[in-house]
Amino acid sequence: MSDITSLTLTELVKNIKDKKISSEETTKAFIDRGEKSRDLNAYITEDFSNALLKAKSFDQKPNFDLKLPGVPMAVKDLFCTKDVKTTAGSKILNNFIPPYESTVTQNIWDVGAILLGKLNCDEFAMGSSNETSFFGNVQSPIDKGLVPGGSSGGSASALAANLTPITIGTDTGGSIRQPASFTGTVGLKPTYGSCSRYGIVAFASSLDQAGPMSKDVKDCALLQEIISTYDEKDSTSIDFKRNEYSKELTNNIKGKKIGVPKEYRVDRMPKEIEDLWTKGIEYAKDCGAEIIEISLPHTNYALPTYYIVAPAEASSNLARYDGVKYGFRSKGENLIDMYEKTRSEGFGSEVQRRIMIGTYVLSSGYYDAYYLKAQKVRKLIKNDFEEAYKKVDAILTPSTPSAAFKIGEKTNDPVSMYLNDIFTVPVNLAGLPAISIPAGVDVKGYPLGLQIIGKAFDEQNILNIAYAMEEKIQFRNKITDWWIK
Amino acid sequence: MTKDNSEYLIERRDNVYEVVIGLEVHAQVTSNSKLFSSSSTTFGAEPNTQVSLVDAAFPGMLPVINEYCVKQAIKTGIGLRAQINKRSVFDRKNYFYADLPQGYQISQFKYPIVGEGTVVLDMAHGQKEVGIERLHLEQDAGKSIHDMDPQNTLVDLNRSGVALMEIVSKPDMRTPDEVSAYVKKLRSIMRYLGTCDGNMQEGSLRADVNISVRIKGSDKLGTRCEIKNVNSIKFMQMAIDYEANRQVDLIEEDKTIDQETRLFDTKKNETRSMRSKEDAHDYRYFPDPDLLPLEVTDEFIEKLKADIPELPDDKKKRFIDEFKVSAYEATILVSDIDTAKYFEEVVAKMGKNRDMKLAVNWITGELFAVLNNKNLEITQSPISAKNLAKLINLIKNGTISGKIAKTIFELMIDGDIDPQIIVEKKGLKQESDPKALEALIDKIINDNREKAIEYKNGKEKLFGFFVGQAMKASSGKANPQLINEILKKKLQ
Repeated sequence: MSDITSLTLTELVKNIKDKKISSEETTKAFIDRGEKSRDLNAYITEDFSNALLKAKSFDQKPNFDLKLPGVPMAVKDLFCTKDVKTTAGSKILNNFIPPYESTVTQNIWDVGAILLGKLNCDEFAMGSSNETSFFGNVQSPIDKGLVPGGSSGGSASALAANLTPITIGTDTGGSIRQPASFTGTVGLKPTYGSCSRYGIVAFASSLDQAGPMSKDVKDCALLQEIISTYDEKDSTSIDFKRNEYSKELTNNIKGKKIGVPKEYRVDRMPKEIEDLWTKGIEYAKDCGAEIIEISLPHTNYALPTYYIVAPAEASSNLARYDGVKYGFRSKGENLIDMYEKTRSEGFGSEVQRRIMIGTYVLSSGYYDAYYLKAQKVRKLIKNDFEEAYKKVDAILTPSTPSAAFKIGEKTNDPVSMYLNDIFTVPVNLAGLPAISIPAGVDVKGYPLGLQIIGKAFDEQNILNIAYAMEEKIQFRNKITDWWIK
Repeated sequence: MTKDNSEYLIERRDNVYEVVIGLEVHAQVTSNSKLFSSSSTTFGAEPNTQVSLVDAAFPGMLPVINEYCVKQAIKTGIGLRAQINKRSVFDRKNYFYADLPQGYQISQFKYPIVGEGTVVLDMAHGQKEVGIERLHLEQDAGKSIHDMDPQNTLVDLNRSGVALMEIVSKPDMRTPDEVSAYVKKLRSIMRYLGTCDGNMQEGSLRADVNISVRIKGSDKLGTRCEIKNVNSIKFMQMAIDYEANRQVDLIEEDKTIDQETRLFDTKKNETRSMRSKEDAHDYRYFPDPDLLPLEVTDEFIEKLKADIPELPDDKKKRFIDEFKVSAYEATILVSDIDTAKYFEEVVAKMGKNRDMKLAVNWITGELFAVLNNKNLEITQSPISAKNLAKLINLIKNGTISGKIAKTIFELMIDGDIDPQIIVEKKGLKQESDPKALEALIDKIINDNREKAIEYKNGKEKLFGFFVGQAMKASSGKANPQLINEILKKKLQ
């Protein structure tokens, strides 16, 4: 048998169920690799000794009927985990230990999985390169000095580097799909309302959505069916019929109509991205899909709209981090002074920038011009998709406008950083599901992803398309373990 | 200053000013749990013992609307004869304060659950309508305690997240008396509905008072000041009196009134500036993305309508029609739901030969006095409706006199004793045998012959003397009506 850590989740589960490997062996293997891989800085909190105890206890009384029997996994540090420190990548939550568990992680533990630890991310999920984390930037296993993308950068890096067989991220504007694309992995942002937001540190409530990140599409489907549940504790959770995505997964997509939006051919799009897209279209055709040119006329406005709506909500969501109740507190002369010092010292500069943008666009006198207008445009963007879905079953686009970049390359240019999300944000604004699958590499050999956008609640369809295309693409991630000495 | 009850005018030199008042009443919704969490709302619990993770705004915690509170707000809207909005939206009102854990209050800004309505006030000079602008649901904040620790402010989050209804009136009130009547009427309606207990001491009901003044006859509104968080009707009236005069003085001195928020200092009986319009918070209201718009169906509203009990205005009408009480009496009887209940129980227990006049007089007279003295609510009345009805019937059928009844009433208080038993035990039954009374009167006239002659010669005042003697001789038990009749006959 090949190395445990390089197995897909599905293979791992099969091996455990067949009693070829124990939970303890598996957990140990991932812990060992995790310990050797600290240079990637993928973990904020390792919970290795507890994980081992849980694995041993699983092996003593194994239940192989569970979907993830004794499978260890690490999760993004945006999910609150009971009795395990949860920081959201921020100094302001540096010492925060939740007395509760997020619904999504609870769903995972309920089917037998074991927490390995908490993975690094951009501070409050604000960033596209995992460079805004208070706990330092994350290295991509793809190449030294390369960003893994963000905000679920720790998740993507840990997954690609085989520190965890599968993981979960959160995606507000592309935070699952972009790092998946950068690291040659699969990432799904489900329909808004599919996965409960209960217990996930909020960034922008109307956009945030948790989702699986995996080595292949089948794993992705399996985790999605585990984490997606209706939850009364989240008022925006939607009670719709959820499939057993992995069971119903099929590569038969003959006759599926796949749209290609002309507006995504942005100015100065790198040739390699354009080639990737063309290649993707060919793969889809090879699978029997019909390609249809479509128009999403308001695409251009998605990014500015996103950078009004998301900071507006964030500015309010982050008001609770005030030093009064939990987390970091700085000493002040009085209440206001304490607030100012706590928040200036506790939040990093990107978070502060977005709080300021958000506060500004909600201010009286500016509300109508920015926030209200952005909400109207958001509706138009949603309508664009609705119109398109009258003609097609799914939409195919590149996941990102470029491959991963170097650490530090864009930190001083927030706008160029924000442009990374250009293909992913419209999906969040419209609340739709979308999956990124690895589909090729750029000239340097860095992975590039294709994005398949679905109709609301139609995760099964985009998983099927991704599954079929994955077979054709036969992408193999080249990881050299350069960071292991 | 006050010309008559219906007017409250302020005169300076040749100018006569009227006062324009609007109220924002904050009424705590009667509900076992909070607006967006399942924490208890019991008053007076140990600090920070009724706080959920949602109330304390822990990371990733989300609000979930309490349907019961929504029903309570809609019921209140129905009681205010107001428009019920089938779609309303919760907004965030953003500001920082130590007792506001989320850093924002969830409220309804643009789209409240209840729209325009009307409250009818029964004033001494007639009825007065006050318009309701809106009613919306919102969360209460926690409590900052500044005087328990010399160095620190302490925060109690028990109240954090408790549901409030903010009821905004139109600027339709003109006198402190109307304000008092308005608050009492709101309280009464909500108590009838069971949507707010109206307990002002516990802070279940408090108000922001908006006041402006203008030359009487003008139809332009003056610059208003808002007096925050006044928690008793008396203080509202005092604050209005002070503030209205302050504003008139400013106008008379050609100074401008700043639109501002003021506080009423109950010790000094004055209002003080809290913050000016320039310093006003920019609350950055926006729809709460954690909550979907609140949508209710016609069916939902109709179901609640069917549950609405008889409200004070209807009850009053019925009391007048059915029990033939006066409008004034009816107003008093219906003002509090428990008084109305007590009254109706007395009426029921009096049976066929009931005497409404006596019932009203005994409840609003003797009983209210006792309750007042002992600081009791009518629900805690030491005399049950059943026994009061019995007492009234004893008067009505002539068993006892009104005077004896008062003695018996005093005796009933201690242990809610059946008046019949007291009458029997103490032998207080009224003497109504004409023969016995005649003998008694004959003896009195005989004993006071000179006075009888004086009376016959025209000194009519002496009639009272004979009545008194007769009552005295019978230890108060003589039927006063019969005594009068017999005396008149005998002294002719």
